[in-house]
Amino acid sequence: MDFETVIGLEVHAQLKTDSKIFCSCPTEFGKGENTNICPVCTGQPGVLPVLNEKAVEFIAKTGLALNCRVNTRSIFARKQYFYPDLPKNYQISQYELPVCESGFVDIKIDKETKRIRVHRIHLEEDAGKLLHAIGARELDHSLVDYNRTGVPLMEIVSEADMRSPEEAYQYLSALKNILEYLGVSDCDMEEGKFRCDANISLRPYGQKEFGTKAELKNMNTLKGVREALEHEVERQAEILSAGGKIIQETRLWDAGLGETRSMRVKEEAHDYRYFPEPDLVPIELDEKYVSAVKAGLPELPEARSNRFAAELGLSEYDASVLTSEKPLADYFEAALPEKDAAKLTANWVISELLGRLNASGTNINTSPVGPENLRGLLKLIQNGTISGKIAKTVFDDMFNTGKNAGTIVEEKGLTQISDEAALAKLCGEAIAETPKAVEEYRSGKERALGSLVGVVMKKTQGKANPGLVNKILKEKLS
Amino acid sequence: MKITNKEVDYAARLARLELSAEEKEKYSAQLESILKYIDKLNELDTSGVKPTSHVMDIVNVWRKDISARSSEELVENILANAPERSGNFYKVKKIIE
Ligand SMILES: [Zn+2]
Repeated sequence: MDFETVIGLEVHAQLKTDSKIFCSCPTEFGKGENTNICPVCTGQPGVLPVLNEKAVEFIAKTGLALNCRVNTRSIFARKQYFYPDLPKNYQISQYELPVCESGFVDIKIDKETKRIRVHRIHLEEDAGKLLHAIGARELDHSLVDYNRTGVPLMEIVSEADMRSPEEAYQYLSALKNILEYLGVSDCDMEEGKFRCDANISLRPYGQKEFGTKAELKNMNTLKGVREALEHEVERQAEILSAGGKIIQETRLWDAGLGETRSMRVKEEAHDYRYFPEPDLVPIELDEKYVSAVKAGLPELPEARSNRFAAELGLSEYDASVLTSEKPLADYFEAALPEKDAAKLTANWVISELLGRLNASGTNINTSPVGPENLRGLLKLIQNGTISGKIAKTVFDDMFNTGKNAGTIVEEKGLTQISDEAALAKLCGEAIAETPKAVEEYRSGKERALGSLVGVVMKKTQGKANPGLVNKILKEKLS
Repeated sequence: MKITNKEVDYAARLARLELSAEEKEKYSAQLESILKYIDKLNELDTSGVKPTSHVMDIVNVWRKDISARSSEELVENILANAPERSGNFYKVKKIIE
């Protein structure tokens, strides 16, 4: 039997503020455990939380970029449960009246645009970190570090609009990219700054009601989310096909084993007893505030991609690859020597640079060749100092040594030979040495010229200006 | 509203309270009378009243995003309130996830 997959995602993104959401403790990594703590975030009696204005601005920005309605009025609520990573025994979050509601993200699936609706975005505080082992040594107790407690989070809840793990992957990539463009979150999944929980269920095609869902947690990469969902589709389909029932539960993804396993079900259902947070007054965002935030929105991925295509003449494909990650688009623009070199630059960034980065397991942020360095190399190609072929070996050297292009070309004497007299002499030699190619060329085989060019290249270790060699050979043979 | 022992049990479990049989009897009677009193409020017509989320009529009390780390002394005082500690960590009963 064939089933339709239904997926909804909850993303927790850490907001890139300097201080925590309700106190002045720094959000950066502490100088050791429990150093970024104060009476407010550790929930000492009698303290008063005060909202960080940057967190409000960041969530409003996000809401507008995700086409949401920014609510005129929103309030905080207490979500109550006992867990040692939560010193107050409640988390300050939002329940009724979140800051943003009803938006969408457009994704591309098989070249078609699909709209994934965003249900809501709300603010909340992060919890602390629990340690159960030190290195490989399992402890007979647990340790708590509250440095992360009170770090601002934004929870972005999608509607159950995704119909395949690939759609979920595309939605997350698009979302992450937008947040990076906005500069509201670092979105580092491995550092836990961008966390994703997935609700997934299957139903027979044509059925309106959703099937019973499982909630997946513990995915630490975007690809991990896709893999976990793919695995879960198979697991649920197997159970349903055999006439079984899905149990509503939370399952943890084990990236090592490549499977999900049930988290032990807690005895009692969650009963958070939300109520309005009496320590925080409501947020009211009027039209003036919202339009000011709107005016400050940076260029978003879609607009940048359109600009690359329209102003720089890049193909839609190149433009969308280059803007798929903000650091990559920034790199491209910084490396671009001039408008006319857009296609050349795009080729170098997409094929040569990304290829090398992937092969060496690094990424654009840690590239040994910075954008200024690549621009230097591209300029040398443009002004004819080196050929495109030599440029590739120079690039290899740049990648391995971090030296700039000019230095390498000078040190290795790779400057292109464009001296006509010298090249004419070498062309003459080539003609004398390869009569067969000469004969073929004269009998109309244009391609035979290539082997003559090859001979000259060999004589110059690839340094001859290929355009000039072509021209001289043609003249000599005409 | 009738408050049974079962409801007292549930509320106590959520609040991590351990109650004796006598206490449960006592509290169910007390809770019932409290709720009965609150029921009186429901007799008022509040259809024209906006729901209150905060008693004070102020909004947008915000602070600038400026960070300041607590002094070592303050951190030490906070840690002194931990039920148990191990170095700079709070130490708690083993949590199994
Ligand atoms: Zn604090």
